[in-house]
Amino acid sequence: MTSRIRWFASCALVLALAIGGCSGQKKADEIVIGEYGSLTGNDATFGQSTKEGVELALSELPEGKLGGLPVRCVVEDDRGLPEEAVTVVKKLVSQDQVCAVIGEVASSRSIAAAPVCQEAGVLMISPSSTNFKVTQQGDYIFRMCFIDDFQGTVMAKFAALNLKLTKVAILEDARNDYSVGLADIFAKAFVSLGGTIPGKVQAYNAGDTDFRSQLTAIKAMNPQAIWCPGYYTEAGLIARQARELGIKVPLLGGDGWESEKLLEIGGEALNGCYYSNHYAADNPDPRLQAFLTSYKAKFGKESDAIGGLAYDAAKVLFQSMQTLQTLDAAAFAGLGSSKAGTPARREATKKLRDIVAGLKDYPGVTGVITLDSNRNATKPAVVLEIKDGKKVYNTTVNP
Amino acid sequence: MSEFLQQLVNGLTSGSVYALIALGYTMVYGILRLINFAHGDVYMLGAFFGLFAARALHAGVDPNPVKALAVLLVAMAGCGIAGVIIERCAYKPVRRSPRLSALITAIGVSLLLENGGRVVFGADPKFFPQIIPSRIISLGGGVSISNQQIIILGVSLTLMILLRLLVKHTRVGKAMQAVSWNPTAAALMGISVDRIITFTFMIGSMLAAAAGVLVALKDPKIEPYMGMLPGLKAFVAAVLGGIGNIPGAVLGGLVMGIAEVMVVGYVSPTYRDAIAFVLLIVILLVRPAGILGRNTTEKV
Repeated sequence: MTSRIRWFASCALVLALAIGGCSGQKKADEIVIGEYGSLTGNDATFGQSTKEGVELALSELPEGKLGGLPVRCVVEDDRGLPEEAVTVVKKLVSQDQVCAVIGEVASSRSIAAAPVCQEAGVLMISPSSTNFKVTQQGDYIFRMCFIDDFQGTVMAKFAALNLKLTKVAILEDARNDYSVGLADIFAKAFVSLGGTIPGKVQAYNAGDTDFRSQLTAIKAMNPQAIWCPGYYTEAGLIARQARELGIKVPLLGGDGWESEKLLEIGGEALNGCYYSNHYAADNPDPRLQAFLTSYKAKFGKESDAIGGLAYDAAKVLFQSMQTLQTLDAAAFAGLGSSKAGTPARREATKKLRDIVAGLKDYPGVTGVITLDSNRNATKPAVVLEIKDGKKVYNTTVNP
Repeated sequence: MSEFLQQLVNGLTSGSVYALIALGYTMVYGILRLINFAHGDVYMLGAFFGLFAARALHAGVDPNPVKALAVLLVAMAGCGIAGVIIERCAYKPVRRSPRLSALITAIGVSLLLENGGRVVFGADPKFFPQIIPSRIISLGGGVSISNQQIIILGVSLTLMILLRLLVKHTRVGKAMQAVSWNPTAAALMGISVDRIITFTFMIGSMLAAAAGVLVALKDPKIEPYMGMLPGLKAFVAAVLGGIGNIPGAVLGGLVMGIAEVMVVGYVSPTYRDAIAFVLLIVILLVRPAGILGRNTTEKV
């Protein structure tokens, strides 16, 4: 008998605890921002570097607060899939009720998720999506990097003028907006500089591991270099297989190559290749060096440019919130989690949007950032050369 | 012409890997009339076992042929055991049930291995160390082959010959043929059908493991879902050659590899995965029993 009473008592206790846990206390006001990226998947270092860059910026806020409100960042993994990016951003916007979102690196994923932010009136700052279409999704969408029209032209000029090449073959990722866009821009610019693109543009699909047939076709064209504007995993594998097939010419790439994994995958095969990037780690600029040192102290590894851009994106966001607080403290209060879903929040993000849009001469670690009327940053690009398994600064090209 | 020959070399290499995987499908089908959809994931397991063996032996840092062979054998042994466990735990309990139950179980095992792999190994791709540094060998006329490709062809060919000898000239091979022919009669003749089935799974899984390691050697990116598509394609290759027919699986695999490479090289890479299924549709329309398959009327 006693055992049965005890059993009922414990059931009641569990039930009471469960109900008590659900009701909870009213949460204190805070600023919630969201961040989404590919923490896992084919280009996992993109998401991880972004997460760490934002984390570092967050840790530098005095007491982790802005205008008296604590700041919290919710991180979501989109596994490198555009459809998943839409889902996680919807979750950030509707469940976590964030006032701003940082992400993504890959243009395809930024383009997919941007309309969600635009519709909800939530700011989205992409640290490093370079495809033109990203910020075209709406006036709440910003980026902290240059666009591919610039990057593609830079590499075409570099190939034609610095390397003095006249015949460059192209190998693009057919299902990737970034890669296809960059391939087109490069081709146009290179041809206008007097170069030729032999044969047809060869293509692969992200996730492929065997590029031998495409490379065999390219080998038959006998080019002086191969432009392969994809992501680092494929770039590394392509380099290895190209060398196996006896293709000795350099491979040229864009900022999608930027990852600590690139050299691990490609190894020696990448020596003599070039790619464009947002910064060179061996640039003596004190701001950049200070960032690299504190990044290393916090995470115990070198940062890549993706991490630097995420750091800048978060810093710009925090600075703009700070400005909003100084200019209009009432509107700033609308960013707080207690105002989520109210017209005050809408008003606050609108004002915050105007402040970010007016960003001028911001001293970022990846260069001085000024946003143009299309909410794109105008910044110089650097070209890195891979030499003896190291990334070495080669040249800077200004816009 | 040299481009075509080069594509042919590339096609033969990837085809021989499909052939190794297809052999596992065809052997299991021949004996159990079961399409083992988890077979592609056993191939994934093989690549991961190889990766762990290579790391443990430091085969990437200081590569030598003995270590590379050890990596291959460890992966094959690991997958052989995995194959036996899968057969005993998943397929044996449903052996007396309708064939559909076994098929659904196979799909379940496949999902278990993929998602279990994701939990255990992580979703990020891993990179297989260079257990044999690649060297290029020129064949003249602008055609070249890497030593890794030669090893892939050599190892696959050796395994196929060994399998042939095993099936045709050993007692256990003859028992396998007998079970495939008629399990009830074979049991009456004193053959332990259960043991032969387990043995078949073990051999098939070992071949898949070898395929996994060989592919990782050539294309070093490995991840838990890597077995899905090659598994399906190898299944198509087995059907193409005539499912249940061992030389047919080899032929189907080679045809598949070459067709794929030619489509990518001369048509469009978008059709790389489509060509497998186009081949499947064509063969089912033209010769449903497969290239080397025999038309048999089923007793009802």
